[in-house]
Amino acid sequence: MTGFDGSTVPGTGAFPVPEVAGDPATRPFWDGIKAGRLLLERCLRCQAVIWYPRGFCPRCGSAATEWIEASGRGTVYTYTVARRSFGGWAAAVPYVIAYIELAEGPRVLSNVVGAAPDEVSIGLEVEVVMKADGGAYWFRPAVTGGARP
Amino acid sequence: MSRSAAAVIAGVYEHPRREIPDRTVAQIHAEVALGALADAGLSLADVDAYFCDSADPGLNSLSMSEYLGITYRYTDNTDTGGSSYLSHVNHAVRAVAAGQCRVALVTMAGRARSERRGPPAGRRNGPEADFENRWGIAATLHNYALVAMRHMHEFGTTSAQLAEIKVAASQHAQHNPHALLRTPVTVQDVLDSPMLSDPLHRLDCCVITDGGGAVVVVSPEVARSLAQPAVKVLGAGEAPKHAGNGAVDLTYTGAAWSGPAAFDEAGVGPADIDYASIYDSFTISVLLALEDLGFCAKGKGGQFVSDGALLAPHGRLPFNTDGGGLCNNHPSNRGGMPKIIEAVRQLRGQAHPAVQVPDCALALVQGTGGRLGTRSGSATLILGAADA
Repeated sequence: MTGFDGSTVPGTGAFPVPEVAGDPATRPFWDGIKAGRLLLERCLRCQAVIWYPRGFCPRCGSAATEWIEASGRGTVYTYTVARRSFGGWAAAVPYVIAYIELAEGPRVLSNVVGAAPDEVSIGLEVEVVMKADGGAYWFRPAVTGGARP
Repeated sequence: MSRSAAAVIAGVYEHPRREIPDRTVAQIHAEVALGALADAGLSLADVDAYFCDSADPGLNSLSMSEYLGITYRYTDNTDTGGSSYLSHVNHAVRAVAAGQCRVALVTMAGRARSERRGPPAGRRNGPEADFENRWGIAATLHNYALVAMRHMHEFGTTSAQLAEIKVAASQHAQHNPHALLRTPVTVQDVLDSPMLSDPLHRLDCCVITDGGGAVVVVSPEVARSLAQPAVKVLGAGEAPKHAGNGAVDLTYTGAAWSGPAAFDEAGVGPADIDYASIYDSFTISVLLALEDLGFCAKGKGGQFVSDGALLAPHGRLPFNTDGGGLCNNHPSNRGGMPKIIEAVRQLRGQAHPAVQVPDCALALVQGTGGRLGTRSGSATLILGAADA
């Protein structure tokens, strides 16, 4: 799917997102984010979806992996509203940290954006949005019906 | 004369390259791990002990074992510079001889040549860092709040139930002249304290203190000539709790494995325990440990703590009689040492008289390191009094 430009999501401008350190094994993932695509690594031998990406399969040990495009859809597995924070994040409160269960299986850490903290709950259906420079991917409440501009 | 061997070396692998600027240190660990296992005719699934040095990426064994897909029963990050790996092999032999593991993997990796030309890459952070460090988990608190929220969702646990854990710790701390916080608090006090990261309040969190401690372990022969009553180490268990290749389940901890292992070795069960030191970085840390150790069923921790069960001396399971990390001491953000020490006091009969458990014969010590919401280490000890 094509992601949305998260820079237009209110509130995310206050997030002090660090540079991606990156490594050769994860570069396709971050290149994908920059292009508005959420890519997941999958094992060619045992078909396990690998999270976080690492260039080999921790389930069967195979180094043969491929990249698949994720649906970008998921649900909130758990979350917290950070009302007190520290460092560069102190000015961003309140913000929502969450584990998102992707439609493809992995539960991944992220933020829920584009919603008031009180509107977030476990089970909430969400969809991915990308940071314009590729440095982060967030999730916002899914648009009902799935059709998006 | 032929000598029997407690353990043997079954596989080796030397990385063939001498300059590897295109790999992270973690990737080099993976390459040599798979190479040596292939040499031995084994797979990652066969490995149940893992050794690397303390300078390795992230939280050393914890980050690296997750990265490699290894679940260990025994681990060691001894760091003695260049001789570390000889030590690891030695320790692995002892562990095998003692029955703690069957297949021990020792890996070593570094990029000293490439890193002469620029800043070290991927050395200080674990390989998971890019996927976890950009969401504002700016404090351990935020990580544990994710765990507490899920427990409440699945099992109906309430903030008032979590507060009971803090209340019991504060009742004990009033008797400890060294405790940072000595004033007893009520459930309402906890609920009225500021909400820092839903659903955790300020009083759900441990104290932040300087300090430390030490334990001396000796042989029974040595102990016979010493003045203090000996405290027996009857059982021990260790386990990592990984993010599990994306299959995160925040409803349990590594105590679900380390606890049964420790109980089995000691030949006792949860019902036999007279006193428990439970790692209490947050109230939720205690609740999950109580369930995982079998003191109550999964999901029933909230009910278990709600009728004074944790109160010394007469509760069903008196815990943290020094006031624990929640009120007494959590030195350097690592609370394991005070947990061991208070259990020893109880088994010697040297706890404060107001909280001394009568005829305390068996104690459990639960340690939880790292972060429950992502990856954490668990260690459980079963200790016995001299006459136990």
